[in-house]
Amino acid sequence: MADVTLRKVVKRYDEVEAVRGIDLDIADHEFVVLVGPSGCGKSTTLRMIAGLEDISDGDIMIGGDVVNDVPPKDRDIAMVFQNYALYPHMTVAENMSFGLRLKRYPKAEIKSRVDEAARMLDIVELVDRKPKQLSGGQRQRVAMGRAIVRNPKVFLFDEPLSNLDAKLRVQMRIEIKKVHQKVRTTTVYVTHDQVEAMTLADRVVVMNHGRIEQIGTPNELYHKPATKFVASFIGSPAMNFVPCRLEDLAGKLHVRLTDRIAFPLPPARAARYQGIPRTDKLLLGLRPEHITEAKPHAEPGVEAFDAVLDVTEPMGMETLIYFTLEGAQVCGRVNPNAGAQDGAPLRLAVDLNNMHLLNEVTGVVL
Amino acid sequence: MTTATIDKAAPTRTVKYGSMSRDRAWALRWSYFFLVIFAIFFLTPPIYMFITSLKSSAEISAATNPWWVFHPTLENYTGLLTSNQFLRFFWNSAIVSIFVVTITMLIAVPAAFALSRMRFWGSATLATGVFLTYLIPETLLFIPLFKMFAVVGDWTGVQLINRWYVLLILYPTLTVPFCTWIMIGYFASIPKELDEAAIIDGASWFQTLTRIFIPVALPGLIAATIFAFTVSWAQFLYPLVFTTSTDQLVMPVGIITTLIKGDVFNWGQIMTGALLGAAPPLIIYAFLMDYYIAGLTAGATKG
Repeated sequence: MADVTLRKVVKRYDEVEAVRGIDLDIADHEFVVLVGPSGCGKSTTLRMIAGLEDISDGDIMIGGDVVNDVPPKDRDIAMVFQNYALYPHMTVAENMSFGLRLKRYPKAEIKSRVDEAARMLDIVELVDRKPKQLSGGQRQRVAMGRAIVRNPKVFLFDEPLSNLDAKLRVQMRIEIKKVHQKVRTTTVYVTHDQVEAMTLADRVVVMNHGRIEQIGTPNELYHKPATKFVASFIGSPAMNFVPCRLEDLAGKLHVRLTDRIAFPLPPARAARYQGIPRTDKLLLGLRPEHITEAKPHAEPGVEAFDAVLDVTEPMGMETLIYFTLEGAQVCGRVNPNAGAQDGAPLRLAVDLNNMHLLNEVTGVVL
Repeated sequence: MTTATIDKAAPTRTVKYGSMSRDRAWALRWSYFFLVIFAIFFLTPPIYMFITSLKSSAEISAATNPWWVFHPTLENYTGLLTSNQFLRFFWNSAIVSIFVVTITMLIAVPAAFALSRMRFWGSATLATGVFLTYLIPETLLFIPLFKMFAVVGDWTGVQLINRWYVLLILYPTLTVPFCTWIMIGYFASIPKELDEAAIIDGASWFQTLTRIFIPVALPGLIAATIFAFTVSWAQFLYPLVFTTSTDQLVMPVGIITTLIKGDVFNWGQIMTGALLGAAPPLIIYAFLMDYYIAGLTAGATKG
């Protein structure tokens, strides 16, 4: 068990900087997920922690010791790969015990550790099979078992669920979370799937272009994104962004979307945005769940307007609606009984208590 | 069953449904046609050798149908198998081949591993260079090599020429580059994550090679072994040039130097010797091919 610290870590491939100076503190027992689009440097970061890639600059510490020049086998880490990387010629038990056998652990100890891990992962009856006789989900369990039996300081997961089908992915996600709750090993997990990141992580690290955009708990990232990238990357369907500007009307601060639509801001928001120049080009960020059908009773901070729907998508428990505002496509979530129909007008309400205001140029959430 | 139902539903268009299997039938017919021609072409010489090996010298020189044995005899076989000289050739060939295969594998496998996995300065160029050395024919090399061994003999007093073990130095110049090349290909097909997993599990480079790469690339290893064995068993030019005493000869050279006496060709024994000489590679192919194909289908890593 150990904490992991990254200090100004840089990875350069010839002229290209894949990772551009990352600072990250991962506490003991913590489950941290690195998430971002492909090519954002998340896998490279993980591989540098593992020691599979040299670091071009900066320091990586595991358990307080700088491990920059320590070979992978001496870092006391275990890694789970996307394609499982099971040794095809060994049985499940041999796969899991390979590391321990190399370190010449006593046979009884190896057996008890393998048995325990197999029980934990529910693969006891598979221990004598070869990898090719296993399904994808089973192989992933074995790969995790191989990590668990080593009892390392840190678990590293490199997109472990990408090769599984959607249903199995959800199941294995829960499995991974259960295992972490049992063994409490510090975990760094890389994925491009924001749902995986949100559901698994104690803290999520959102990366983009080799930099960290934001670090926070899943709820922080969802409700208080720092940048447009984070706001649009976390959450599905994604947050809506509508061009807007601030305006003073009748002594109250309004956000103007179109010539016809301007909403007065709730007092708390008005106070927060008061200092923004009225000429700045801004974006109004609203999550789909904050655009709903209008209720008969007005609530503070909830403003109604009319829109003509382009498309509706019935999901069962809700209906997703799409309409256009100032050239931007906007998605909302309405009750299936609200009468939303393709091409028909609907009276909608926006909950401005949950709005975000972004600088259109810098993408920073104000 | 399904076709029958469809036929009932659209009886006028039955022709169309058979087109897939008709294509296949024609493809099969052509395959058989060419395969039979190939088989005849390649099997005629060994069959002729076999027929001739069962004839006495008198019958071979007689003007009868050469494709038929009128008085079959095993005298050629008993003659060769009781001749110490022939057994000596056989023994020499076996020893040389076994040693060459061992030496080749001991050099080629680690070399291929290093060239395919341990990225170091010039490794890509070196890998190509290894292959290029294989492209230089031995007909170009035997004279300079002979001179080199002669000079080494003069300087050190170690006599290599006309010793069977000089072949242990010569043959690997043919087998090592090619086997290294084959193994580079096989090692390259092993997913990179597999050695990364092994490294994280605590394996050294050597352990990664012996405990992961060699077992996983076993089919490739067997292919390379078969190649190395065949090359050293059938090699003719080098032993012809470098060995002359009858006790140092390997089989291919032994057969032609001892069974052709001046202008007298002992055809019966030549054919028998050639057949017996072809047996070991055949047996090795027969056994290892099963292994080879079984290995090809095993060892999937991805889901």
